[in-house]
Order: sequence, then structure tokens, then C-alpha cells
Amino acid sequence: MDEKLKNELSKQGIFTTTLQNLYNWGRTNSIWPLNFGLACCAIEMIATTMARYDMARFGAEVFRPSPRQADLMIVAGTVTKKMAPLVVRLYNQMPEPKYVISMGACAISGGPFKQGYNVLKGIDRFIPVDIYIPGCPPRPEALLDAFMELQKKIDEQTLTGEKRPRHLNAGEPSEFVVPRYGAHDLEPTKNPNLWKAPLVQISQAGTDESGSH
Amino acid sequence: MNLEAIKSEIEANVPGCRLELVANPSPSGQHSLRTGAEHAVAVAVYLRDAEDLRFDFCSNVTGIDWPSREVSQKVKVRKLVDGVEQEVEEVRKTALPGTLEVVYHLFSVEKKHGPISLRMSTIDRDANVHLPSLTPVWRSAELQEREIFDLFGVVFDGHPDLRRLLMWPDFTDHPMRRDYVDPDDYEYEPTAHDEVLRRAQQHRSEADEEHPGEAGER
Repeated sequence: MDEKLKNELSKQGIFTTTLQNLYNWGRTNSIWPLNFGLACCAIEMIATTMARYDMARFGAEVFRPSPRQADLMIVAGTVTKKMAPLVVRLYNQMPEPKYVISMGACAISGGPFKQGYNVLKGIDRFIPVDIYIPGCPPRPEALLDAFMELQKKIDEQTLTGEKRPRHLNAGEPSEFVVPRYGAHDLEPTKNPNLWKAPLVQISQAGTDESGSH
Repeated sequence: MNLEAIKSEIEANVPGCRLELVANPSPSGQHSLRTGAEHAVAVAVYLRDAEDLRFDFCSNVTGIDWPSREVSQKVKVRKLVDGVEQEVEEVRKTALPGTLEVVYHLFSVEKKHGPISLRMSTIDRDANVHLPSLTPVWRSAELQEREIFDLFGVVFDGHPDLRRLLMWPDFTDHPMRRDYVDPDDYEYEPTAHDEVLRRAQQHRSEADEEHPGEAGER
């Protein structure tokens, strides 16, 4: 709709909008997070919901105890390999459209436990992550910032076309593989359709022509 | 607390028991007692119940992995060198078999003394990894013995609920053992070197085979 005409009409007391705007307006302002925390980041998440930071201003004060009623998964804390299948299963049980905030160094990459044997090196190996928040743990302001970024992202999504949410695209998967507990590690160790090992130019400094040190 | 006195007291009161005093040469001088597996429970009960000892609180249980190793010792020997008898230094090597060791730290709340360390060792690291559980004596050892079972692979006989604690039941390795090889779930390192560099190169060549031309851009 023409922006000038819309302004003119609103001056005359006629409010016009599109279905898409209405739909996104509703979605962005009532994102209900799933009520679960994995480690110390969860404490910051709880602080964000309380009076001082007051996440209710963004319509996200209703933390749902069931994945069936949640729109947003805040992966707040260290995802151990023992916990990873359960996180993926909870994500699979959430109804579309659904979003994921990966909160803190551990949920992004394993954080300080990256070299360990029992910590998943980032939840994005198994589920698609929309917003990453660095920090150990991130402050409540950082979570609010991520939340506003997510609202922007939802607002930019369209009902049709390239930018439509994943669930409106028949070619996109609706469920993600839940890893099994293997003898040495999770099986599979990652979802290959979702996550590929980041490859960078390996520095050749300190090596001669033949490639040896 | 005189450890020597405690040692002889236990040996006098627990029939057939021989303890070894493991000296700690560091400035802290925290020596410990090593007991054989067969008398461990009797020693523990005596430490807990004896009037003058009353070690009623087990604060910490931990495991140590000793892989089989060679200890070299310099010994002076008299030898004939070029027809003349001389004192020569000789290096003697002794092979020590690998063991798993468990250490209990004990305090007495009642008598306000402690800690003393109680150790016991398994026979080897593969088949004979059984040790008696001291959980029936000190209940606080329960979860820590489970953790040692999980991470070191010591099997505690007589433990009320011996399951893995941190890893899942189907996991077969013992991550705190020194020969544990962790799974190769590669993650980008900004300053890759040595083993990490080797792995990065390997992952890169694998990725190059899968998606040729893609790797350089990222």
C-alpha cells in the first residue's frame, strides 16, 4: 500500500494495515520462552525476567513450562553431551514458528569447557540458532538486546517469498536429528545439514616450502 | 596427630593388617597411609570408631591414575674399570606396573583433628580394578566413589548404587585416565599448532574432498 495514502487515510481516522504486519506485530510482542536453564546463564536469564530488568516490557514474561506452548528456546548455559539429546528433543516438540537464542560462551562454542570430554561444542551443531549472545555469563542487558534483535528478525519475516519463516517452506526440515548416546561420543556428533566445521586459512608461518616445520 | 602412632595403633587392633606409610617429601609434609584392599573396611571402621581417633567425616575421595612406568635410580656401585676398582654410578631401571589409586581425606569433627589421607590401590588398570567401597563406613563417599567409577574405572565392591555419575551408562571410556583419547570433534582454533594444527589440516583436506573449492572462501 502506498505510504502517502496510508498517512492520509490515518489523518481521516481510517487505520489501514496488512495481514503480514498484523501477524508479525502479534508474534513479535508475545514471544513466550521455554522455561529451562542449564547452568549459570540461567541465573542471568531469571534476573532478566524479574522487576529490575523486566522482560515483561517485551511481552516475554510468560515462561512456559511445556515446550508445546513455547515460541522461543533460550539455551542458557553449558550443554553437556548427556543433556544435548534432551535439548534437541525439547526443540523438536516446540510448535512452529520457533526461535533459538544461544546464550553465553558455553552454548555458543563450549566456552571454557571446550577442551573437555563431556561438553557439546555449541548447540548450533544440532539445532538452528537465530541469535548468539557472547559473554560468560552475558548480562541481562545483553539478553534484552538479543531479544530486541530477535524481534527485529521476526518483524522482517514475510508471509510469502524468500524471507518467510522456516515452517512455511515445505523444503525445510521440521524436525532435527536427536543424537544417541554412543560408546565414545554422541552419534552423530553433529547435524551435517546444519553445521559444517568452520575452515579458515591455516597459517603457513614457521613452515618451509615442503610444508614441514 | 602422629601418623606413625596411628599406623601402629591400627596394626595392633586390626588383625593381620599391615599399613604402609607413604611419605610426602614436599614442604607440606602431608604423609598418608596405604592399606591393602582386604583390610580396608576394617581399617576404615577402626579409624571411625576408635575412642582417640574418631575420624567421623570423609571430606573428599579422589582417584589417581598411575600408568605403567619406569623409574630410574642412580646407584653407586664398586666395579673394576681398566683393572682398578672404582666407585661408578649406575642407572638402575625398575618397571612399575600401572595401578589406579583411591585417596580418602578424613577429618574428625568430634575431636577436631585431621586430615589424614587413606590410600588404596588396585592390582592393575585393566582387569583387576576392584576395591572395597567405604560408603558403608562414610556415607559421604557415595557420590564421589560413583564419580571415580565413572572417570577412572575403579569398581567399588559393596557400593549401594554404583552407576556412572557424569557420563551416560553406555559410555565405555574413563576420561580421567591418562591414556584417554577424546573424540575428534574438531572446532576452529585461532592459533592452531601441534596436534590441533594437524587435526585442522586433516579436517580441511576432508572438507576439500567433500566440497571442493568451498574451503578457501570461509
